[in-house]
Amino acid sequence: MSVEKTVNPKLVVRDLNFYYGAERALKDINLTIPEKMVTAFIGPSGCGKSTMLRTFNRMYQLYPKQKATGEVLLDGENILDKKQDLNTLRAKIGMVFQKPTPFPMSIYDNIAFGAKLYENLSRHDMDERVEWALRKAALWTEAKDKLKQSGTGLSGGQQQRLCIARAIAVKPQILLLDEPTSALDPISTAHIEKLIDELKEEFTIIIVTHNMQQAARVSDYTAYMYLGDLIEFGDTRTVFTNPKRKETEDYITGRFG
Amino acid sequence: MPTFLREVHMKRHNLLDILFRNVTCLSAFAVLVLLIAIIVSLIIGSLPSIKAFGFQFLTSAEWDPVMDEFGALVPIVGTLVTSAIALLIAIPVSFGIALFLTELSPRWLRRPLGIAIELLAGIPSIIYGMWGLFVFAPLFADYVQPWLIEKLGPLPILGPLFQGIPMGIGVLTAGIILAIMVIPFIASVMRDVFEVVPTLLKESAYGLGATTWEVMWHVVLPYTKIGVAGGIMLGLGRALGETMAVTFVIGNAHQLSASLLMPGNSISSALANEFNEAVGKLYTSALVELGLILFLITFIVLSLARYMLYMLTKREGSTS
Repeated sequence: MSVEKTVNPKLVVRDLNFYYGAERALKDINLTIPEKMVTAFIGPSGCGKSTMLRTFNRMYQLYPKQKATGEVLLDGENILDKKQDLNTLRAKIGMVFQKPTPFPMSIYDNIAFGAKLYENLSRHDMDERVEWALRKAALWTEAKDKLKQSGTGLSGGQQQRLCIARAIAVKPQILLLDEPTSALDPISTAHIEKLIDELKEEFTIIIVTHNMQQAARVSDYTAYMYLGDLIEFGDTRTVFTNPKRKETEDYITGRFG
Repeated sequence: MPTFLREVHMKRHNLLDILFRNVTCLSAFAVLVLLIAIIVSLIIGSLPSIKAFGFQFLTSAEWDPVMDEFGALVPIVGTLVTSAIALLIAIPVSFGIALFLTELSPRWLRRPLGIAIELLAGIPSIIYGMWGLFVFAPLFADYVQPWLIEKLGPLPILGPLFQGIPMGIGVLTAGIILAIMVIPFIASVMRDVFEVVPTLLKESAYGLGATTWEVMWHVVLPYTKIGVAGGIMLGLGRALGETMAVTFVIGNAHQLSASLLMPGNSISSALANEFNEAVGKLYTSALVELGLILFLITFIVLSLARYMLYMLTKREGSTS
């Protein structure tokens, strides 16, 4: 039996709407994401779950035709506010993508990349930070002897753990995982899932996944989305065993999607 | 299909395949043969000059057709210096253009700008030369060179590069015209390679909070370094061999001067200017040897670039 953690709200979403040009991809979303827990977004392709993730670190801002309205409060502060500095925001909210994306540099430099952007660490402190991040990402034993080698030389699963290490080296508060295991084999996937379980001790984790078993295994809370609507949100066990809505039940039992 | 028919069919297939293989092989070897033939004919053509002057040909600045005294130092220096100036200007400008086109420019502006750059690459070099001589050089002499002479001329180390009289034409002018000519090549190659960088890779860097500059400099550029170096080599190759435009603005004087404002000569423009009037075996041979030297310079520069790239890749520790 796991000890019940107290639930503090970390990210509060209020009346969030998202537009790709004229197309409305998120419709009046309201939900609260608890601190230091794993929240999973599930739903069929095109339901808006990845879009949701991309509003949390304002990645959509790279593309001129995309915009979000409403509020996303991080510890009470609206991150959709125009005055919000993007670089500081992204230091607080890290992201890992569908495919491993090691930078074309050594393993060490990959990890140090983000940390260097914000902190002026001494050589010694940086060494410690890199080791810390690699240990957290369960990659230290495999990578410690080849820190100077290129990150692109690692296997797919190792590369993805490298990307997780790179994200946490900045010491963010929230980790966004956008289908982090969709390009990985089952063993690497199991590694990452175990890792997620450990990382939630320190970070608030939001994961988007196509894989319902994965959502059931790793998350504390689950949100089911469909065509831009948030259909159901609640603690994972309830959503999977006793969903309130018929649509959710159809999806998780495989009758649809 | 009966077995024997199938065998006939297969045989015919085999024959065609062998024929096809040999034709491609022949085409590939034709290039090699052509290359060797050109080198050999250049060497044979320059033998008289090599015999007469030996290594001194490379170090002597003397160029006296009347006395049959020839040395290649001035055109060699001119070729290298103009190309260096061209790259010095063209690389950062091209990087800026490519960065703007791939990351910052609004979508509607990308196509027209991209096409404009490609058109710039299509302008015949003689037009650059004419424009350089009749438009750019006078303006340069009136407005820029006096300022360079006044402000940079007295400086301790850089000074000698910018002394003399504002004539408009000269080594610096040739370098600038060359820069304008190679920018479209380098910029369009850089744009093309920047465009194929995976979106996820860039987003990963942005996602860590990197600025556009940091993303470009630390992630996109290392990721595309082979393509970028290829673009620069393409530009350098063009700059080293460019003849017409340089001939118009370099001044065509066989004199060695520290100042970039003074007229000089490049290998290709010396060849273009003097082949007509080259009388006598030695004069012609000296010009052919100049050609051989240009060939070698290009070869050495390209090899060095390859080696540099190899070392870069090795230092990164990439296994692929």
